[in-house]
Amino acid sequence: MQLCLKDLYDGFRNPEVIRGFSKLIHQEAQKLDRTVSIMEVCGGHTHSIMKYGLSQLLPESIRFIHGPGCPVCIMPKERIDHAFVLSMQEEVILVTLGDMIKVPGSRGSLQDARAKGADIRFVYSPLDTLTIARENPTKKVIFFAIGFETTTPMTAALIELVLKQRIKNIYFHINHVTVPEVMVELIDSRDEHVDSYNNQIDAFLGPSHVSVITGSKIYEPFPKKYARPVVVAGFEPVDIMEALLMLVRQFTEGRCELEVEYKRLVSREGNLKAQAAIENCFEKRPLFKWRGLGNVPQSSYCLKEKFSDLDAEKIYEDILPKEEIEDHKLCICGDILRGIATPHECTIFGTACKPSSPLGSCMVSSEGACAAYYKYGKTVL
Amino acid sequence: MCLSIPSKVIQIDKERNIATVDTMGVTREAGLDLMEEGDVCIGDYVLLHIGFVMNKIDEDDALESLKIYHEILEKLDEEERRNIVLEDDDCHNRSR
Ligand code: SF4
Repeated sequence: MQLCLKDLYDGFRNPEVIRGFSKLIHQEAQKLDRTVSIMEVCGGHTHSIMKYGLSQLLPESIRFIHGPGCPVCIMPKERIDHAFVLSMQEEVILVTLGDMIKVPGSRGSLQDARAKGADIRFVYSPLDTLTIARENPTKKVIFFAIGFETTTPMTAALIELVLKQRIKNIYFHINHVTVPEVMVELIDSRDEHVDSYNNQIDAFLGPSHVSVITGSKIYEPFPKKYARPVVVAGFEPVDIMEALLMLVRQFTEGRCELEVEYKRLVSREGNLKAQAAIENCFEKRPLFKWRGLGNVPQSSYCLKEKFSDLDAEKIYEDILPKEEIEDHKLCICGDILRGIATPHECTIFGTACKPSSPLGSCMVSSEGACAAYYKYGKTVL
Repeated sequence: MCLSIPSKVIQIDKERNIATVDTMGVTREAGLDLMEEGDVCIGDYVLLHIGFVMNKIDEDDALESLKIYHEILEKLDEEERRNIVLEDDDCHNRSR
């Protein structure tokens, strides 16, 4: 049998196969003596689970906890404010990925900044920044970089191209965040080795495309140190169902392991060249504030010292706002992410807080739990 | 945000280090900066993310998965057929 492109799509979305796995999961789950709560870390999984109504195909003993894995939702207002202020500078063109358009900061979203006259370009690829810089030699073009390990190497590649092509008017504002550290934050306290957060996460569905870059090795501590099994799964619905079956089997067979369902793209080592590019350009910040979760140690990157000349955070240090902005007092996103609460328990869900006017991180993008509840109702979750 | 698309490489421009790929009928260009030189060839299946090839898709693994899915369907069919027979056995009308 020869592979064709269509198989790579249809083969992993086949409704009959999804139903087949649903049956197998039901059979296997009969052996479970309790409910198993599985966090899908990544917003891409949340999206597929909603889109294909996968929750409805699962037995009651399997519950999803929707994770923090949407880099747009977790971007704190302070960072959006940075982008806002930078974009309002006369000489600046701010470039960022389309996902950032609507995310509100304390001064408004980038869409609002644009309405006020800021030159902001929403691009499909970081590579588009090169063209914008070439076409606007008198402007300072700042790439506002967002995303998990999936997009971090692309920013690194852009930095390397800027240097290689000796382009002098591209700068960077780096907001790349990392997955394993926030997983640890959700299940373990920083200071004491106890479950101080009273979380209900029994297992993790590991992200697809973060893992393509990092390799599955980054999850090795979770079964070992934190007793949480991990199965790295692709984004297609069949991938998710297969991974869920693998997880349930771990519970019924009394195993606690790291397994990879998404073998066609994820190896233990990952993409070493991409990892080297990250290593060349970035180092960890001691702390980064996640919207809805607060400060998480070692969970984000900044530019290395040797790239200070390209670092918009350093160049514009004097004008970038520094005050801390509290999350909305009534917002319970932190508890939702830990599986302790559901969106319906938030007193402003659907009233003061809705997708058109999000107050908390889980309502910001369609990948967030509150936005999904709002759109699809309670039944599918 | 992290969604990426499987594509097939149809051309490689070594000079610009760029691949032309086919994504279900749509042709686009993707940077090869994150791949080792010579690692990506024409005819390879790759995963595309925000303008870059982020890795190759292992054809054997993909085929292996599809084969397993096929077997699951066949086995379930068998099971379903057996269930129908069993239900038939239970059928009260039979004894009459
Ligand atoms: S509904 Fe809004 S305010 Fe309430 S928890 Fe969700 S995101 Fe936060």
